[in-house]
Amino acid sequence: MSLLEIEDLRVTFTTADGDVHAVNGLSLNIDKGETLAIVGESGSGKSQTAFAAMGLLAKNGQATGQARFDGQDLLAMNTRQLNKIRSKDMAMIFQDPMTSLNPYLRVSDQMAEVLMLHQGLSKSAAVTEAVRMLDAVRIPDARARITMFPHEFSGGMRQRIMIAMSLLCQPRLLIADEPTTALDVTVQAQIMQLLGDIRQDFGTAIILITHDLGIVAGFCDRTLVMYGGQIMEEGPTDDIFSDPSHPYTSGLLKAVPRLDKETAELATIAGEPPDMSRLPAGCPFSPRCAQVLDNCRAERPSLEVTPGRRRACHLPVKEVA
Amino acid sequence: MESLLSVRNLSVTFDVRKPGSWPWTPPRKLHAVSEVSFDLKPGECLGIVGESGSGKSTLARAIVGTIPSSDGNIMFEGHDLANMDPKQRRVHRRDVQMIFQDPLAALNPRMTVGEIIAEPLITHEPNTPRDEVKKRVRELMERVGLLPNLINRYPHEFSGGQCQRIGIARALILKPKLIICDEPVSALDVSVQAQVINLLMELQRDMGLSMIFIAHDLSVVKHISDRTLVLYLGRVMETADSRKLTTAPEHPYSQALIASVPIPDPVLERARPRPILEGELPSPLAPPSGCVFRTRCPKAQVSCAETKPALEDIGGNHLVACPFHEAEEVLAVNG
Repeated sequence: MSLLEIEDLRVTFTTADGDVHAVNGLSLNIDKGETLAIVGESGSGKSQTAFAAMGLLAKNGQATGQARFDGQDLLAMNTRQLNKIRSKDMAMIFQDPMTSLNPYLRVSDQMAEVLMLHQGLSKSAAVTEAVRMLDAVRIPDARARITMFPHEFSGGMRQRIMIAMSLLCQPRLLIADEPTTALDVTVQAQIMQLLGDIRQDFGTAIILITHDLGIVAGFCDRTLVMYGGQIMEEGPTDDIFSDPSHPYTSGLLKAVPRLDKETAELATIAGEPPDMSRLPAGCPFSPRCAQVLDNCRAERPSLEVTPGRRRACHLPVKEVA
Repeated sequence: MESLLSVRNLSVTFDVRKPGSWPWTPPRKLHAVSEVSFDLKPGECLGIVGESGSGKSTLARAIVGTIPSSDGNIMFEGHDLANMDPKQRRVHRRDVQMIFQDPLAALNPRMTVGEIIAEPLITHEPNTPRDEVKKRVRELMERVGLLPNLINRYPHEFSGGQCQRIGIARALILKPKLIICDEPVSALDVSVQAQVINLLMELQRDMGLSMIFIAHDLSVVKHISDRTLVLYLGRVMETADSRKLTTAPEHPYSQALIASVPIPDPVLERARPRPILEGELPSPLAPPSGCVFRTRCPKAQVSCAETKPALEDIGGNHLVACPFHEAEEVLAVNG
């Protein structure tokens, strides 16, 4: 059985300007100890998928479909039940560590709270455990620094604290939502190495949500590409990069300048990301697709499943440029 | 060829007061930019890379003239920025334009797109007839890929990529000689980023613009610029032809920086050596003695703490500030 199994997930937000369909029928699964990348641009629904699974949707958001963690339906749970699973079984780290840490609480207090709540430890035992975890994420002089406030740490250190906090109860699944977007490349490399070590040492499954194809390449077993709240394609990372089966993926790969290659001019994807409250009837990517067919605009392509890979495109695989 | 812009030993420091300190205690000095020198030829594009806090934006602002320099010279077309008379300064202001990182925040939300793009023209050439202004705005909108009939819309009605195009049009309306782009694509989505990069390169080529392109993304900088300057804690570590810098960097910091840039190719990425730089940027309030990079440098020696390494020309317009420099191939480059 998969660790997390999401089936036909739909997330809709009710707003004054009408309904916004952030996720439209997404299915995915992740096994124990696996790493899965969810790649997409802003507004593709990648974060909302994670928020729905964690029960963290905004108040005007509604998730339907199924999200099963170890067989238990997450979407049917109330907050009490979710709180038992969150942090203990699945945890999440966010893009901006400053806004996700409580600025009024010392790091020791926020970290100890997790252990006192979930494992019933005493305050002092919880702090000792928290120090051990800060050591594990390589925060120098953790014992002395744990009583500091979040603002006294640098961005990279704050992200390490977030990671340490999410690992306190040794969750089986860690969802990392753009964990390095706010950081410098040198610090990004440190954090990605840390996540890799965590996966090896604790066997944690990791869902990495990102827009950066570069960090996916070095880190994830499988990659899922999203656009307009839907899956464009999914497969083993090596295959997705070496032979993309969707025009969106191949377009994305050609649109990033590469350090190791000389390109005279970047290939572009025309147009702008879609308006999620007015998605086209057919494939959401059809208005921007260079290889659009007649039926793409009217008919939403169904997911075509081949061993290890899934794709949603009317165009035959061989013809994808 | 004569340089358009020539920066010599530029330093910018800020006074920082400790909260609660006495008014008469001397403020501490924050060295944002220290002894930076470079030249920019007409039509050339210089890329500036560095981590946050390395002084990239301060350097840009000093060249535009919005931050006073504390030492050194900025010569634009032979005139020193520090002693320009008001007339020359006005010319400098039109010739040097800037494009900012956050496209929406850089546009006045209460002005229409037409007003935003026309504002520099109306300020600098107040006698231009209104029809002429409108015509030039429409032409330019078309040039940067905006539909001219959107001229009366407001910035919030546009996406990030379109807002950046508006920012580019505003910077171009006075036909400047130098454009300074401060992280112009880092707030944009990958698919839109390529559009803006291509537009900037095309405009630079067609209009013969000089450009300073500041970014933290080395892959983007290498793609767009002829030469690249690597900054660390306000100091130049290395400057060379962009291609040479990425294929055969000499300075340990450039090497580490290049090694940390992820490459979207799983096979290459696994095979790459990954010397990861430990630690983070030291405080600019108390920069390390000697070489500022020594606290994180894998090749640091005792002597690095004593003397500040000078920028040394190792041939082919390649300058390195490290006595132990050594070319190292961090990437296998093909294509």
